[in-house]
Amino acid sequence: MGRTIIVNIIRFLLLVFMQAFLLKNITFYNLSTPYFYILFILLLPFETPNVLLFILSFLLGLTVDAFYDTPGLHAAACVVLALVRILFINITVQKEGFDNEPEPTLSIMGFRWFFTYAVILTFAHHFFLLSLEVFKFSEIQYTLSRVVLSSIFTVFLILVSGLLFFKRKERK
Amino acid sequence: MRNLLIFITKYNAFFLFLIFEVSALLIYIKYNSFQKATFISSQNQVTGSLFGQVSEFKGYLSLKDVNDSLARENARLRGMLKTSFYIDTTEKHKVVDTVYKQQYTYLVARVINNSTNQSNNYITINKGSRDGIAKDMGVICGAGVVGMIAAVSDHYAIVKSLLHSKSQFSAMLVNDKSVGSFIWGNDLNPHKGLLSLQNDAKPVLGEMVVTSGYSLFPTGIPFGKVTNLHAKEGGLLLNVEVGLSVDFSKLQYIYVVVNKYAQEQAGLEALEVK
Repeated sequence: MGRTIIVNIIRFLLLVFMQAFLLKNITFYNLSTPYFYILFILLLPFETPNVLLFILSFLLGLTVDAFYDTPGLHAAACVVLALVRILFINITVQKEGFDNEPEPTLSIMGFRWFFTYAVILTFAHHFFLLSLEVFKFSEIQYTLSRVVLSSIFTVFLILVSGLLFFKRKERK
Repeated sequence: MRNLLIFITKYNAFFLFLIFEVSALLIYIKYNSFQKATFISSQNQVTGSLFGQVSEFKGYLSLKDVNDSLARENARLRGMLKTSFYIDTTEKHKVVDTVYKQQYTYLVARVINNSTNQSNNYITINKGSRDGIAKDMGVICGAGVVGMIAAVSDHYAIVKSLLHSKSQFSAMLVNDKSVGSFIWGNDLNPHKGLLSLQNDAKPVLGEMVVTSGYSLFPTGIPFGKVTNLHAKEGGLLLNVEVGLSVDFSKLQYIYVVVNKYAQEQAGLEALEVK
């Protein structure tokens, strides 16, 4: 338990730092921007109570907002992400399996499940974030292309990080 | 009552979602005007000093570019010195000139945080109200106009970049002298801007677009060059596309323009409205 908390704190700091100082400067043709920090919410353990999950998402969003000068924007998107995560896990994972599957990582859950999980959650987050940022229906086409291309970039980074920290032993 | 509690606990995710989402959106809407957001932004102590340290490190990597741009600016300024003109007269006499009074002074500051890929971009600089920076001052760099000050704290200030959907500056064509308003285009391109002119203006491809001197900036600070004469058809005004002369992704040092008579002008213009 204590180890999980420490790992998650380190992950939080590392991802926010990476987002604020590295990924903020990366973009392809102003269309594809990665928001990799959401990996923190994706990798929280299954047993995390809903209250804690929402509080952490909200805090993560506000922290990123502080670096992006957009108070509330990322927080709102992260809270949506937390809800989508709860719904997705409710539908796809049996409650009894929690004891031996503590975290929804690539190595534990397998590629197919993790890929669907990452794609759906990332898309929900990016869609909400980018449309709230623009807040105009007239540019919906442009916003949608930004959402899709950014999602591809973020999912790619998430998968790469999943493979990077792949633990063979845990695989069933 | 008991059934209500059971209902709420059963669907707790949804109710928690409502609570947090509403509070996040409230923060977003309330602070959307930006100037009020002093706590959750890059000018607070923690994020400000973090950005400062990282930019200190990044500064080393671009020393060469900064040197080049400074040398270029020096050369340009040297060209404006009296000594670089050939004096076409043999008579020499000293004139005590009282016609010129200093109107603009410049404060140099380093960029510690910058973005170019949002739809509203801001730049954080490492000088604040203690160095004499105030809200609504103009910001330029060696290559041209950068933006205006949006918020200040003691040691930091935030610049609303030219690359901001609500940025608007008074600009004019350098030969034609027709004045229009300069905005950032809609397509999030950090190298392009739009200049709206009256229909009788005659812009030429490659013509410089400079500040008009009506507001914040002295006359003649470049925005960029005209690259497309008919950028947006169908409006009441003539929209000209301008290639920006400042490369915003490489900003290192900027100058804050302090207009000594800004208050006087603003006071007078406020009277005029009544």
